[in-house]
Parts: sequence; structure tokens; C-alpha cells
Amino acid sequence: MSITEVQFQATSIEDAPAVAIQGRSQWQLTWRRLRNDKVAIASIVVILLMIAFALAAPLIAAAVGHPVDQAYTLKGENSFGNPVGPGTNGFLLGTDYIGRDLLVRIAYGARISLFVGIVTTALATIAGVTLGLVAGYFGGVVDAVLARVFDAALAFPFIVLALALASVFHPSLAIVIGVITFFSWAGISRIVRGQTLSLKEKEYIEAARSLGAGPWRIMFLDILPNVLGPVLVLATLYIPTAVVFEATLSFLGIGIPEPAPSWGNILGEAQSFYAVAWWYVVFPAAALLITTLAFNLLGDGVRDAMDPRTERLFAGVKSERSKKNKRKIGKGIGPDLAQAVLVGEPNVDQSGSATGEEG
Amino acid sequence: MSDQLISQASSASDASADADGDTLVRVENLVKHFPVRGGGLISRTVGQVQAVDGISLTIKRGQTLGLVGETGCGKSTLARCIAGLIPITSGKVIFDGRDITNLSRRAMQPVRREIQMIFQDPYGALNPRRRVGSIIGEPFAIHGTATGAERKREVQELMERVGLNPEHFNRFPAEFSGGQRQRIGVARALALRPKLIICDEPVSALDVSIQAQVLNLLSDLQRDFGLSYLFIAHDLEVVRHVSDAVTVMYLGKVAESGPGDQVYEHTRHPYSAALLSAAPAADPDAAAARQRIILTGDVPSPINPPSGCRFHPRCPKAQELCGTTEPALESKAGDPSTHLTACHFPVEAGENLAAAGRKDQQ
Repeated sequence: MSITEVQFQATSIEDAPAVAIQGRSQWQLTWRRLRNDKVAIASIVVILLMIAFALAAPLIAAAVGHPVDQAYTLKGENSFGNPVGPGTNGFLLGTDYIGRDLLVRIAYGARISLFVGIVTTALATIAGVTLGLVAGYFGGVVDAVLARVFDAALAFPFIVLALALASVFHPSLAIVIGVITFFSWAGISRIVRGQTLSLKEKEYIEAARSLGAGPWRIMFLDILPNVLGPVLVLATLYIPTAVVFEATLSFLGIGIPEPAPSWGNILGEAQSFYAVAWWYVVFPAAALLITTLAFNLLGDGVRDAMDPRTERLFAGVKSERSKKNKRKIGKGIGPDLAQAVLVGEPNVDQSGSATGEEG
Repeated sequence: MSDQLISQASSASDASADADGDTLVRVENLVKHFPVRGGGLISRTVGQVQAVDGISLTIKRGQTLGLVGETGCGKSTLARCIAGLIPITSGKVIFDGRDITNLSRRAMQPVRREIQMIFQDPYGALNPRRRVGSIIGEPFAIHGTATGAERKREVQELMERVGLNPEHFNRFPAEFSGGQRQRIGVARALALRPKLIICDEPVSALDVSIQAQVLNLLSDLQRDFGLSYLFIAHDLEVVRHVSDAVTVMYLGKVAESGPGDQVYEHTRHPYSAALLSAAPAADPDAAAARQRIILTGDVPSPINPPSGCRFHPRCPKAQELCGTTEPALESKAGDPSTHLTACHFPVEAGENLAAAGRKDQQ
């Protein structure tokens, strides 16, 4: 027996697996990359803290001894009837215009904001993915009709609809969720439809058909796993959009009705007091800013983790996370990265509506 | 009563056509046209791509029919028509004595178990997001024939049967080589114990050494399970190696068909002769001695195919008759009845087409 033969045998024995070999799924690989992204991990921590803050709202109220709707006309207002500042009379973040504890109200507001953000994104994702798959997979008349519906939904003036609905019905949480969902699903549908159009021509879809798989089985078991990546990125970026959307509606008085607190309606009330009570504006605005920023940065991180090519390309220049840079390079590289550029869209919407709110 | 008699009579006529009992698939005058839609606001049909235009063929039980032809001649369309993946414009597909032409998806379901496909691209034919176990187990899941632990056992048996490590069922397609992926495709096609496997260029994307392994696997499986193959390829040597009978297609029509030896050794159609002369030969002396028939021009568009014999604009032997009258697919003088050629002026033994072609060009 020659040496090489012995070596060969040795390696072949080593290679022989004792247990079933588990391949790494796309999600495991994505998580591995995401774990090394400090910004994304910090965003996850901030989001988890914000969720904990929201969940602990009743505990906070109990700890400071101020129920959420209790107006403290004596110790919560100064001699001019204006809100008192942070740290005064046991109000850690000060009070609002009728002497309610701002900390407790922001905590309860976080519940509304996060609930609206997550629920509307979940509803919009389910509706958007289903309709996008249907339009893309069936094609023909179904696609022609649905594609026009997507366009119409995207072109609708949302403030006008929200105003109309709020004047016909009374503003309520259900209307807020309905309106935001209605304006979010079409963007997801478009992405999913486009992806489905190209994926359905793949041979593995034909293979599934030749095995006898029905259209729904193919859509949800064969196509959906392949579009889930971009959809997940998009959904992460839709949550902050929905949070801002809710704040916008509440700010305008057509969102969450009083006395339930939401960051938007707290900011709305604060408008007339910003000159005498800076805390009234700064704290709810900071909560809104931190939350949306964390979700946006997480979305960016997820997108980078999803597409290993971007990561490898930017391995040396990781500090340059600026979007402009990414876009420029994305165009230079070609269609593979067009996805990343496409998925970046909600960010534009986001900053657009944020500026709208400031004005 | 009379209805019953008629139905009996019709089934009897179907049976009598396959009376010898060894015909598995009979395709009769199959036509598949794809409409070409014009632009403008209202789309209207401005033409037809005549992808498959009146093809008849039979596949015998336990045998392999090789289908050759240039890219775009309708081979794959024909395969998809037989597999019931695309609707047929006209004609008939009779599988195992049953007419399966344009069945609804539900009615087609039991037939799906008996006709399976192996695809050309081992990278595109496997869903990259699913584990191998789930890909090979998919047929069981769709037809509800095995669940849970039984399905896993079946999948692992199949993997072993096609030469894959059964421990790898939890891996993703990306973790396999091209040849291994094609084996996964074979295992999936085999899962429901079909009678017919349509191999759409199963080895053309593989390395030559891997090609041989996959071809040997296919022939082992044919022997063990009594499979019939419709084997589509443009590598003539591969087709010759695996096929019992060969059909040569040109622009949606059959140019020549017959037993493999006949078509290869006693080629009658000028197109088949040109194809064969273009196939690379492993023996350098044979390659040097051979004279290639060089066809002029491109394959004409199937939207507007040439009149008469579709091959006539490129044929070195074409005469006036070829441009006006379409030749029938029939057995030529001196050939056995199974060897059919669609040509007015078939190639005679010893004829030098290469010289004729060259003279024509000058």
C-alpha cells in the first residue's frame, strides 16, 4: 500500500459524516452577516428597548404613581397654567397642557405607535405579497387589472382620504390602521409582482408543474421563499414609515382620538406650547426619531446582509454607509444590485413625509 | 346502448392501434402555434410561431426515442406538449392507451405520476431556497403518497439509488456540483415510478466526464425500472449512444425518423446528413477524412416558414419541386418500413453532398 493510498483512505474516513449534514439556509447565512454588523445590532437593541418601554407602560405609571389620563391641575401646572418642566413635582419628563405626566403618556404612546407600525406592516405585507404573487403568476387579464389597482393605490392622495374618512366616521385606531395599510400594500405588491414575473419562467417552476403542483402551491412554496428576502427588507423599512404615518395623522387630529396618547397627537398638542415647554416637543419627537431611525438602520443592515455581494464589495469601505454612495455603485454594477436600489424607495417616501410633517 | 357500443368501438380502435402492446406514447399530427401579438392599444394576433407543425411519433415501452435538431426547431416545445405543460393547438397525444390531449389540471393529475421530466439546466431546475430532501420529496407531498418518516426514507432511498450521499438530504442545491444536481433532478423524476421520462437535453450543460456518468445512470434506471425515455439533445453521439430510435426535426417538422442505425448509417435526408457531418469525431483521422456539409444561411423564422419543403432554401440538393410541394414523410425505396424520410430527393449511398454544396456556392 503506497503512502498516497493510505492518505487517501485517511481523508475519506475523515470525510465520512457520522450525522446528517445540515446545509446552511439563506436565513442562517443572513443572520451570521447581520450579527457582525454593529449598527444593525445596536438598532435591534434600541428597538427591543423601545418595545420593552411600551410593554412596561402600566408599570411605569404605577411606579411614578401617575395614571395615564390623570390631569394634575395643581402640581402638574405652574402658576400661569402652563406645563411644568422635567423633574418638577415628581414629573420626570414634565407634564402636558392639562398637567398629565408626559413620561407615562409617551410610554403609552409607544404602544400605539409600535402597534400601528407592526400591525399595518404585517397586514400590508400579507396583502401585498398575495396580490403581487397572484398578479405576477397568473398574468394576463388578472395582472392587467391588479397592476392598475396597484397604480391607483399608489397615486391616491392619502391625506384627503384620511380626512374624508375621519369626517364621515369618528377618528379611530381601526381607521388609522386601515388607511395606512391601504397605502402600504401596493408598493410591496409591485416588487413581488416583478420578481414573480421573472421567477415563474425558471425551470424549477416548470418542474413543479410537471410534478402536478397547483398554482397556489407553486406561488407559496416555490416562488414565495425566493421573494421573501426583498420583502423582508421592504417590511423592515415600512415599519418606520407607518409609525411616521400614524404620527402625521394623529398630529393633524385625524388619527388616534383623545384622550388616548400617541406620539403624533402629543406633538399636535405641543404646537402651542413649544415656546414655554420645550420638553413637551422634544421628548415625544425624540422617541419618534429614535424609533424610526433604528428601524431604518436595521433595514439597511438586513439589506446588506441579504445580498452577500454588496457586503464583499464594501468589505474594505464599511464606514461608507452613505446611501448616495451605495446607489452610485449599484448603478455601475448592473441589474443584480438594482434590487437593492429598488428596495431603497421607502426611504425616500419616509424622508418625504417626515419633511411634510415639519412644514 | 348505442352510446356504449360507440364508446366500446372507439376504445377498441385506440387499442387496436396499439395492439402490439409495446407502444407507450403515440403522438398524432401534433401542432403547436404560439400567437404573435402586435403592439398598439388593443393587442391583436399578427402571426403564429409555428413551433411544432404536424409531428407524429411513437415511443415504445422500455425504449428510448432520441430527438435531435437545431436550437429553435421545436424539440423542447414538443416535449412540453407531450408532458401536458402547455396546451396543444391541434393533434393528439395518446399515452398508455389514453387520450391525454389538453386534459384539465385535475384530470391530468394521475397522468403526471407517469410522465416526468429531467431538465437541461441543473442549476435552474432546482429551487435554490429548498433543501434537497424537500425537492426530492415534493412529488410525494403533491400526490400524498408518503408522509413524515416514510417520505424521508423514500427520499433517502432515491438519493442512494441515483448515487448521492443520503446524508446530504438537508443540504441546499448550491452545495452540489452540476452532475450531482442533475442526479437530484433524476431522483425527483424517479420518485413516482413513472413510465416515461422526458429528458430535455439532460447532459448538455454537464462536463463530458460527468455526461457519461449521468448517461450510465439513466440507462441503469431504464433497465431496472423498465422506463421509456424521450431523449432530446443536440449532441448526435450522445443520442446515438442512448437511443433505440431517432427522430430528426427541422423547423417544427420531422425530417427523418427511424431506428438509430438506419438514421446514422443510411442517412437519407440532406439535413440529417449535414447535421451528422458537423458532429465532432473523436478520431482525428476520421475527422480529417470527413467532408463537412456546410449549410448556407440561417434557420428561417418559424413565423414565416418557407413554402414546400422547409429545408429547401438551405438544401444543397434543392430543386424547383422542393419550393412548391411539401414532401411526405414516407419510407424511401430500399429502406425498411420503419425508416421514414421527408424528402423529394433523398441522399443515395455514396453521394457526396459536401461537393454539391460547394459547387452551389461558387
